[in-house]
Amino acid sequence: MGIIMDSTPVIALEDVRKIYPLLSGDVHALDGVSLTIEKGEFVAIMGPSGSGKSTLMNQIGCLDVPTSGTVKIEGQDIGELSDYDLTALRRDSIGYIFQKFNLIPLLTAYENVEYPLVLKDRSYDTSGRVQALLDSVGIDPALAAHRPAELSGGQQQRVAVARALVNEPAILLCDEPTGNLDSKTSTQIMEMLARLNREGRTVIMVTHDESTAEYADRTILIQDGRIA
Amino acid sequence: MKKPDIIFQLSMRSVRLNLLRSVLAALGIVIGVVAIASIGMISANMTLSVTEELSATANVLVVTSDSGGGGGSGPGSGSSSSDDDNYLTSDQFDDIRKAAGSSYVYYLYSESDRIETSDSSGHATVYAMDDEAMTEVLTLTEGSFPSTTSQVVIGPDLVERYGIEVGSKVTIGDEDDDEGETTVRVTGILEERGMSMDINSDSAIITTEKFFTGRYDGEDEYSQVNVVVDDIDEIDTISESIDESLNKKDDEVRVQDSSRMLDSISSTLGTLTSFALAIAGISLLVAAVSIFNVMMMSVTERIREIGILRSIGTQKGEILRMFVYEAAIIGVVGAGIGAILSLVIGYVVVFGMVGTTEYFFAFDSLANVPEGMIIGAVICIVSGVYPAWRASNLDPIEALRAE
Repeated sequence: MGIIMDSTPVIALEDVRKIYPLLSGDVHALDGVSLTIEKGEFVAIMGPSGSGKSTLMNQIGCLDVPTSGTVKIEGQDIGELSDYDLTALRRDSIGYIFQKFNLIPLLTAYENVEYPLVLKDRSYDTSGRVQALLDSVGIDPALAAHRPAELSGGQQQRVAVARALVNEPAILLCDEPTGNLDSKTSTQIMEMLARLNREGRTVIMVTHDESTAEYADRTILIQDGRIA
Repeated sequence: MKKPDIIFQLSMRSVRLNLLRSVLAALGIVIGVVAIASIGMISANMTLSVTEELSATANVLVVTSDSGGGGGSGPGSGSSSSDDDNYLTSDQFDDIRKAAGSSYVYYLYSESDRIETSDSSGHATVYAMDDEAMTEVLTLTEGSFPSTTSQVVIGPDLVERYGIEVGSKVTIGDEDDDEGETTVRVTGILEERGMSMDINSDSAIITTEKFFTGRYDGEDEYSQVNVVVDDIDEIDTISESIDESLNKKDDEVRVQDSSRMLDSISSTLGTLTSFALAIAGISLLVAAVSIFNVMMMSVTERIREIGILRSIGTQKGEILRMFVYEAAIIGVVGAGIGAILSLVIGYVVVFGMVGTTEYFFAFDSLANVPEGMIIGAVICIVSGVYPAWRASNLDPIEALRAE
């Protein structure tokens, strides 16, 4: 899969503000952020805690909508979408990789990967795609039959990567993907993300770790709700 | 291979993961369903058995005097005593006979009195009728009808209660009373008739007319007159014609048929049943609270999981469905077990309280099982709706942050 140049950026933020009203005064978590990410980029978002990078992440991840300004995912203004459409956009266009893996504890590794596909297609996978993805991240069928609690952190994160990819999302959104892993496993996961980026995927990663950020083509620094 | 809906699978697994908790919640539903279904079955069986017994005498009109003003005209059990003026005269009897056309008409004396056998004593209804009516109306299982005043036939309930047999001696009355004591000999035992309004012979002593009037006086002062109608379709016509001919000026007589009695029994049973069902309903209410509690616990425990599900694209409606399914699984399993148990427990209770399971498998009786089941399951699902709604409306970002 090569990089296809497209005139519409995958992500376009324009003067995005997110204000949390509190009794002690409004908190400006994002204070006028404009940002464009093209298809096939690998972008790292860095910044100290409380800088607003999680809020930015939630905007890009369509988990939240801005107080003002526009967030466009593949040209679609998320501020105009209903909860239903926003949820469908998360399911179809965004693959999440979390620091705490966030696999569904009631489902096996295989079922975790299959889950977003079933939500989208309303039928179970018969193409072998789920196992192929698991194979590509190094989870064999025997391991795939286990529940997340029976897997190591590294194995869980591999399953999470496979799950993030199953619906062919436009964006791979990673929130501290190596934050809970040892350095050897971290390297393996980062190599995997780099490979996926080389295959043409847009990868956005929030991290506070310099060495992880080195995998990215571009680093965006957030400070006090603004791009520094 | 057809696998069930993935949302349903998540619900199933959640129930299985918290099996003990779910089973305890389901137990409430089981108890509620058993209570409702059993009470419904008892009521249905009582109604069916009463209806059946009364329909055997559905062609009988009971005429009693109306001069006592309502109170003394109860069917059967001797509250209409020959001591007061609450009786029918022989003129009235003749009028009734005329009005009734070809129907068989007979009069009945009745009185309640003390009876004593060699080993026990108690009270019983004493009936008397003319010899012809006795052979016409009553059936013996053993022995023969009385031929002298010192001979009686008795109902099967008394036989059982006092251990009487043909040839036994029974003393009627109390030596301290005006009438004194009289000892009679049992010559026959009556066939069981069940509950009926014309004559409750099962727990009665039937004496000759001569004995009765000799003992209690009141010759030609009949407690009631029974009209056995040939054709049941004519019962209303005959009832009206008796009413017209005797109640021209004043309301002299009251004419009742078994449908009236059935109505009053049904309404009494209905009241009792509603009351019992209300109590059973409380057990379902308790069950609903416990399901609600379990579902709220399940939602609280799974906030983070809900956050994950929402963030990777699970719709609000699907989260709602997931928790409603969970409540429904508990409800359906609970109601199912409740249904099976209510068949067993209902059978035992119906046998104990109604005395017969003859009508247990009748539609009106068995219909209480699916009814109870549906009520139980629906209550369960309804209790799960609010927790499910709460779960579906959680903010995914907040939910993901939960530990």
